[in-house]
Amino acid sequence: MPCSLTDTGALVFDGASPCQLSGLHAVPVESAADETPSQRRTAWMVAAQAGDRRAYEKLLADSIALIRAAARRCGVPLDHVDDVVQETLLTVHRVRHTFDPARTYDTWLAAIANRRAIDALRSRGRRDRREVHDEFALERHADADDASAAAEREQRARRLRVAVAELPPGQREAVEQLGLRERTLQDVAASTGRGTGALKVNLHRALKSLRERFHGES
Amino acid sequence: MENPEAMSESPSHSVLIERLGGALVPVRRLAPPWRRLLGWLLVVVAAALVLLAHYGPGGMLQRWAAAPELGWAGFGAAITAICAAWAALSLSVPGRRALWAWLPLPSAFLWIGASGLGCLHAWLTPDPQAAALRQSADCLLFIIGLSIPLSVLLVVLVRRACPLRPVLTAVMVGLASAAASACLLEIGHPHDSAATDLLTHALAVALVVAANAAMGGRLLSRA
Repeated sequence: MPCSLTDTGALVFDGASPCQLSGLHAVPVESAADETPSQRRTAWMVAAQAGDRRAYEKLLADSIALIRAAARRCGVPLDHVDDVVQETLLTVHRVRHTFDPARTYDTWLAAIANRRAIDALRSRGRRDRREVHDEFALERHADADDASAAAEREQRARRLRVAVAELPPGQREAVEQLGLRERTLQDVAASTGRGTGALKVNLHRALKSLRERFHGES
Repeated sequence: MENPEAMSESPSHSVLIERLGGALVPVRRLAPPWRRLLGWLLVVVAAALVLLAHYGPGGMLQRWAAAPELGWAGFGAAITAICAAWAALSLSVPGRRALWAWLPLPSAFLWIGASGLGCLHAWLTPDPQAAALRQSADCLLFIIGLSIPLSVLLVVLVRRACPLRPVLTAVMVGLASAAASACLLEIGHPHDSAATDLLTHALAVALVVAANAAMGGRLLSRA
């Protein structure tokens, strides 16, 4: 059954401008018998670029195995593979306008997955280097009720407040409303006028940049 | 038929996929690299026309007639600019091969080789029109000054895509901008090639490429 274009919201992601596509045709979500998995995914991506949600969700679900395989090939440890999958899916969503139907979806996806796998390995390497002196830190660690520990906690909270304040406005708003005040997505969407999807993406980006900021500090 | 992998996916992946599906809107596909390249080249050609209108083609043609290697150097720079810009735009699309980064190499050899030959020619037959140090400094400023807007424009075009190799892409951006600027310099270059002049050009190109690698890499790394 052919799928029609869907227009499920006004959310606009970086680098992906919404528009009506006159030259694209929706493709059947059910695959033809003689179609290879790669051709099927390419057809789903074409439909997803036109706004076909059903094809898109099938495509992303189908991509997980490919991303996992790419991450494992790059040497990502098993317990970090799911992080790579999530980051890759988010990147796929953000840059889906760069897919060229004249090429295969698998090649396009593999390039993104490899990059995200390398990012994960680098991030893990940085964390490992920081944690080399853990035993030493443990010996010196103050008791929870110690005054110096309280001061340290206060200092960390202050650094976090500064870091949140320096986030771009959309991301700061998402962290403050969703993360700190624990308001529901619908409440925040209603009060700010932003779409729930945009709020989720902003929150994800904010958390990512906060993680990078604190992990990046020695 | 349901995909077995989809069946085995973790709940967090299912949630994310559902969220991304809910946020899906139609997108306009990225224009192919050649079309984005044409857009950038139009700006370069417009700059060339402005310079030709100001300096006229006479001086350039006379210099080329007297020292054909200068013409070859300009031709090499132009081809290097086109190839490097193509490589940058191509590398910004996921799945394109990194081998495109070698594309500007042959023309860069022509550019450098012909410039070196011109320098040798000027050394063997000294010319009063050869560049003094101050004039060479003007060339340096011209190349760097023109490279900045050309780099900015190319970075904007590249950022529209998804450069997964940000530093390599930024180096290509720098090379394209510097080569285009060096080519445009030929139009109003008031003197023949000399060692100082060649060194200044090389320094300007190296500065532009290094600045792009340092700053452009960061600008492009959000992908």
